[in-house]
Amino acid sequence: MANGETAGAVQLREHIVEIVSDSGEGAQKAGQTFGTVCAKMGNGVWTVEIIPAEIQPPARSPAGASGIRIRLATNVVTNMGDEADLVVAFNEQVLYSRIANGAYREGTKLLLEKKWQEDPQPEIREQYAKAIEEFKTNGLEVHELAIEKACLIHTNNPRRGKNMFVLGMLCRIYNRDLNMARAEIANTFKRKGEKIITANQKLFDAGCAFAEEHIPELCYVVPPRSEADLGGRKFLVSNGNQAVGLGVMAAGMELVSMYPITPATSASHYLADVFHNTGGFVHQAEDEIAAIGFAIGASFAGKTACTITSGPGIALKTEMIGLAVMAEIPLVIVDVQRGGPSTGLPTKVEQGDLLAALYGATGDAPKIVLAAATIEECLHYVILARRLAEAFRIPVILLTDANLATGVQPYPRPDVSTQWFAPPLDQSDWDPEIPPYHWDVNTGLSPRPIPGMRDGNYILTGLAHTKYSKVAYDADSNQRGCEMRSRKLTSFAATLKPPQVHGDPEGDLLIVGWGSTLGAIEEAVDRVRAQGQKVSSLHLRFLSPMEPGLKAIFERFRKVMTIEINYSDDPKVTSGETRRLAQLAWLLRAHTCMEIDCWSVVYGHPLQPGLIHKVIDGRLANLTENA
Amino acid sequence: MFGLKADWSLEVFERYFTLGDYAGGEARWCPGCGDHGVLTAIQKLLRDEQVAPESTVAVSGIGCSSRLPHYLGTYGFHSLHGRALPVACGVKSRRPELDVWVATGDGDCFSIGAGHWIYAIRYNMDMVVMIFDNAIYGLTKAQTSPTSPKGMKTNTHPFGAFVEPHNPLTVTLGITNVSFVAQVVDWNPPLVYEALKAAHRHKGTSFVRIIQRCPVYAEPYIKELQSDPNRFLLLTHDQGLPVNTSVTRQFPNQLVHNPRDLPAAWNVAHDNSAIPLGLLYHNPDAPCYEDSSSIGMDMTPETRLQALNRVLDTLTI
Ligand code: SF4
Repeated sequence: MANGETAGAVQLREHIVEIVSDSGEGAQKAGQTFGTVCAKMGNGVWTVEIIPAEIQPPARSPAGASGIRIRLATNVVTNMGDEADLVVAFNEQVLYSRIANGAYREGTKLLLEKKWQEDPQPEIREQYAKAIEEFKTNGLEVHELAIEKACLIHTNNPRRGKNMFVLGMLCRIYNRDLNMARAEIANTFKRKGEKIITANQKLFDAGCAFAEEHIPELCYVVPPRSEADLGGRKFLVSNGNQAVGLGVMAAGMELVSMYPITPATSASHYLADVFHNTGGFVHQAEDEIAAIGFAIGASFAGKTACTITSGPGIALKTEMIGLAVMAEIPLVIVDVQRGGPSTGLPTKVEQGDLLAALYGATGDAPKIVLAAATIEECLHYVILARRLAEAFRIPVILLTDANLATGVQPYPRPDVSTQWFAPPLDQSDWDPEIPPYHWDVNTGLSPRPIPGMRDGNYILTGLAHTKYSKVAYDADSNQRGCEMRSRKLTSFAATLKPPQVHGDPEGDLLIVGWGSTLGAIEEAVDRVRAQGQKVSSLHLRFLSPMEPGLKAIFERFRKVMTIEINYSDDPKVTSGETRRLAQLAWLLRAHTCMEIDCWSVVYGHPLQPGLIHKVIDGRLANLTENA
Repeated sequence: MFGLKADWSLEVFERYFTLGDYAGGEARWCPGCGDHGVLTAIQKLLRDEQVAPESTVAVSGIGCSSRLPHYLGTYGFHSLHGRALPVACGVKSRRPELDVWVATGDGDCFSIGAGHWIYAIRYNMDMVVMIFDNAIYGLTKAQTSPTSPKGMKTNTHPFGAFVEPHNPLTVTLGITNVSFVAQVVDWNPPLVYEALKAAHRHKGTSFVRIIQRCPVYAEPYIKELQSDPNRFLLLTHDQGLPVNTSVTRQFPNQLVHNPRDLPAAWNVAHDNSAIPLGLLYHNPDAPCYEDSSSIGMDMTPETRLQALNRVLDTLTI
């Protein structure tokens, strides 16, 4: 089959594709490979995994929907988008939960496995027939296809092989570069050997031919950006957790100390695979506390380390984070947020750890808190975090989340440099006249003696201490220590610039967000603005300390509200002083003494631009009513 | 003695360290506390072994004995309750050349830090771990500890502790990769010194349980132990701790025990009729975790950068 056969193909700016199945049918692998091929061709891509609600869901259950969504476009894609345009499903039952989630619209093309039509069990045949009717009534464009049957010609285990067959179908439908796809398959299965690679490539080719024969009318082109648009830049394709791993290496860190926890662990998996190349080591500790303790030990010894975790891990590490604050130990803590509290929603996204990151420790424990808004920022902010940690002798918490962790996107490859690395271990003599906490009273900053430095000997302690690191319980020492640690945040804040408003600098409504919601919020704001509404948005990257100038920005809007993925009371149910707000809204109120509204939900999935659009319309209507 | 300077050139210097070089702040333990003598033994040993104070790190948790780093003239890390071991392991992970000493107690190590105890033994990183076991919580004033004997009256068990005490020796000797287990009493300084010396020379985690006097909160328990030398069993062997007459005279009950024999060590540890003193177990060949955790430390920034670019290549489109 020739590559790039596009005669008669429908030209599109973007399309959203889903593959849904029972878990274990390889939908995610097929989708990731499809996304990579699209990205390599120069398209904007965002892929996100659809994770079943249960760990071992029974086959053909609505709660078992497992799979992947791929949003591909000509331009850069920053989020998962709204309803899918085309979905491939291995059974009809898994579609119900997707439909309930609003994943499809009228006209969404459904390519459905039809073997259930002839299932020996009459109930299954009935379920299938009933579903087809329902789907059609709902306006889905149903294409019943004998996918497994076609796979059987090439494999005796179609349950495992059909994912590559579907990849072939999609590559044909979207006119992808087929040789590139074959090479990608070879790459995916490189550890499994030649035989497996060839078998999967065969299935892939069969899938291409199958689509051409059975659904020739589904033929699209989403043109990639031109070479000129791409500016000759090289791009990386990774998820946010891999980006964190790359950041660790690009920061020149040598140690990641972790304990397995979803959805953070894949960052460590990635590092475990490649870290030794750059001379680094992943320590899997016996528990979350030991993981951070080990990292703190290495940092104290002059090798600033990183620990990667998620909500429950942050809860367990809290006492150690307090120690790092108190004793001024540089440390990078990555919190890949999931739903909470407690074990919560391990695989699902939430922005619920913001207040815990800022205020989780007892006493006054000022630390730097950053939030990555994009996958690219996951990489760069780890580098930034290491530098800040060392410059300010402070733990830095980097917040990412399950959405960034599992989303895959192309982004510019950084031009890495040895300048980004931690400086070589300083083992020069220490001036014995200089105490271990030689605080500059204006900035709170002090140089740090490192074991091995002659005459630098000091005893680090988590107890209140003087500048000599001597345990001190007196009033002045404790007050002074707290002041010096707090002053570091003040002096860091002074180096920050006010954030950029997306849209006009004044108007009716300002949406404030943080973290992974950036793409969805801006896309929604752009849509509302295209309708002529005076809405802008602002996205915060620094949460502690906050970027300056927020009050001045807020004052130029009639209303300011945050949009977040964490819990807040519905104002229709609980209003006024008793209403519990979203986490950033609390912070901004305290920070600016202004009336900050919020809208937030804890559905466990990433926010979509369509939903945000509705929320904004609603709030604008309120504004007009109250005007 | 030599050291590396920041520009990687070699600095050659001759230094001789005296006891004063290892002196830190004035020890604030109660008079008569067993910790004083152990501190002296450590300082003497560091002097005798001529370990540079700046390359020594004393790590501790929280408790009376965890104040020890403050009284040493080395680097120190007075960490959190129960967490000395993970911190110490972290120090060692990428700085294997540092001489690491851990001071922890029965509450710190066997109770709140019990998980780390098991794993530190398994990692077997080269450090001396001293457990100051006074069978009581001293700093927080007389609560039952994991090694408080059953029936011991404490503030949390005023009518007597309910359960049999933990046997730290059987537990430690049961952990995979255990490499050095010794037990001493603080009131026999020559034995303390020899145990620490052997522990320091051993490459691996040396677990030294020091049965320690707390005359303030555990006086009856200690008095009873001290008054009856027959409660103890001194382990002797030419591969064990060297014992002089001041030791043999104090502990007439003796057993020739080969410290390379793990099943024999289990038997000694399990035997509740006597408290063993000396070297229970020693395996000089157990693998040390820092041999894995310190990989790639010698890479130059340039080679690191090249490697990083190769990693980036694999994700580049
Ligand atoms: S309370 Fe006991 S253990 Fe603590 S310092 Fe005093 S005598 Fe020593």
